[in-house]
Amino acid sequence: MSIRASAPRNYAWRRFVGRLMQTLTIVATTLAIVPLLLIIGYVLYRGGASLTPGFFTTDYLPPALGGGIEFTDPTVPAPIGEQPFNPDDPFAGVGIDSLPGTGLENETIPGTAADGASDPAAQPRPPEGDLTQITAQGGVRHGIVGTLLVTIFALLLAIPLGLLAGIFLAEYRDNSVATVVRFCCDVLSGAPSIIVGVVAFVLIVAPTQTYSGWAGSVALAVLMVPTITRATEEMLKLVPDSTREGAMALGAPTWWSTFTVVVPTALVGIVTGVLLAFARGAGETAPLLLTIQGSNKLSFDMNEPIAALPLMIYKYIESPFPSENDLAWGAAFVLTVLVLIVNILARALTRRRTR
Amino acid sequence: MMTGTHTGHTVTVRELAPFYGKRQVTRPISVEFAPRRITAMIGPSGCGKSTVLRCLNRMHESIPGARVSGSVLLDGENVYDSRLDATLVRRKIGMVFQQPIALRTRSIYENIAVGLRLNGLRAQAELDARVEASLRASALWDEVKDKLGQPGTALSGGQQQRLSIARAIAVEPDVLLLDEPCSALDPIATAKIEELLLDLRDRYTIVIVTHNMQQAARVSDSTVVFLVERTGDTQQPIGLLIEHSPTREVFTSPKDPRTEEYISGRIG
Repeated sequence: MSIRASAPRNYAWRRFVGRLMQTLTIVATTLAIVPLLLIIGYVLYRGGASLTPGFFTTDYLPPALGGGIEFTDPTVPAPIGEQPFNPDDPFAGVGIDSLPGTGLENETIPGTAADGASDPAAQPRPPEGDLTQITAQGGVRHGIVGTLLVTIFALLLAIPLGLLAGIFLAEYRDNSVATVVRFCCDVLSGAPSIIVGVVAFVLIVAPTQTYSGWAGSVALAVLMVPTITRATEEMLKLVPDSTREGAMALGAPTWWSTFTVVVPTALVGIVTGVLLAFARGAGETAPLLLTIQGSNKLSFDMNEPIAALPLMIYKYIESPFPSENDLAWGAAFVLTVLVLIVNILARALTRRRTR
Repeated sequence: MMTGTHTGHTVTVRELAPFYGKRQVTRPISVEFAPRRITAMIGPSGCGKSTVLRCLNRMHESIPGARVSGSVLLDGENVYDSRLDATLVRRKIGMVFQQPIALRTRSIYENIAVGLRLNGLRAQAELDARVEASLRASALWDEVKDKLGQPGTALSGGQQQRLSIARAIAVEPDVLLLDEPCSALDPIATAKIEELLLDLRDRYTIVIVTHNMQQAARVSDSTVVFLVERTGDTQQPIGLLIEHSPTREVFTSPKDPRTEEYISGRIG
């Protein structure tokens, strides 16, 4: 009997199921990747558009100030706070009552949903100083500086803790304490970051009576420690036991073989874990809201409220001023690129290690 | 101490039985390894020869659940004395493993110097001298003297194994243990290692575990033969020492008939 003729009766069905399953996995994989590509693509598109020459070298500027250019158009509002507040006329300076012919003074702002959309005829002609005419101003320098400061100090706190904990888990693994530590570590890595922020708020911000960069660093460090710990543990476990035995046979104590032989062998992997922890920390928003608060000025002082890119996005993306929206998109762009670079760096390191 | 170096060092094993948890690896073993001689340990897989070797410098106990009964004496001093740190024992009784260990993150030079630094040697001139002496003693100097800065993993397998031997002898142990040092090497590299061992015989007490009977015949002065027995209801395998004689006798006129059966390939 020929090979073809000896095929089992259910052969066609089996072949069909096989093809179907393969197709399904490909479709599912594609669907999983699409949102990622959309997010990155849209952020790069919107954020890239708001990159102005001074974007990386200037800090936040209020919308109407136009990068130092004085607006003379009277229909353009001066920023709130630039004028003394008058309780009888709370919207003074916002420009609403000065918009010609609206008949809707003190109630709507041009460009919002309640803007007489139901009656196009009643819609006011947008003045020259329309909010949408205000272009992107200022930059994200203060956000970049704040994010780097807070995240790097968080790393400096988290690396010693995570590294030593990872060494403990990997080199003294048959130990009931290690089992407990490993479990706690897994729980902590799954903890909602807002909870960590609340704890930092209660333990640091409340007693010191001020939001501060340090409080943010502590909160981020708590989130980074489990990542670094488990990465260190996994990388150390990959070092063959023969390496440890070689050191041991020289009469080396465990701590010596760990620090002079085992850790250097696994160093690239550990650095990768640290980079991933950095990327995670840099993108956290919730714990920073409760700890560093955010700021509109450039600051290197970790004892006071400080800016951060995620907070800028959070704060300005809902702003009525398009210029602030642009700032938020720009911050999103910078943050995305930063996290992408760190991830790619980590990948490249891993690739080098496995080669 | 000086006289000790001169006359060599004796390792005496008394009623030694290694365990992994509850499982006993061998029956109690008593044997003496003579100074400035090479003793080979041969036997079928699972007979516990490697485990016994690892008991001699307390490497066995590094495995979780592993323990030992009986004693091992180095020049009369019990290495299993509870007041004695295992790391001190291992400095006196060096070991080379089946897989060559070249530290990937370190240069050839550092692969040797690492053990010297561990023992507190800091002076650069002395480090240089000791590294060179060990590399010469392990017949590697001429091949690596121009590339001491390259990583240890740049060497071939045979060279890496000689590097491992150089690292072990750099810290000047009394005894050198080798656990199947040639099983990962080709015949030419193996021949070089064997030649090296014969050179080192005058200075160390050497114990080598090998699954290669020809190697035992070529390099050793005396040979210890192990076998496996299956006993009890569970047929649990357990190793036992059946003969320790001069190598020539083991291969020509063994005392135990089972030795002859093993060597001729009828058992094991």
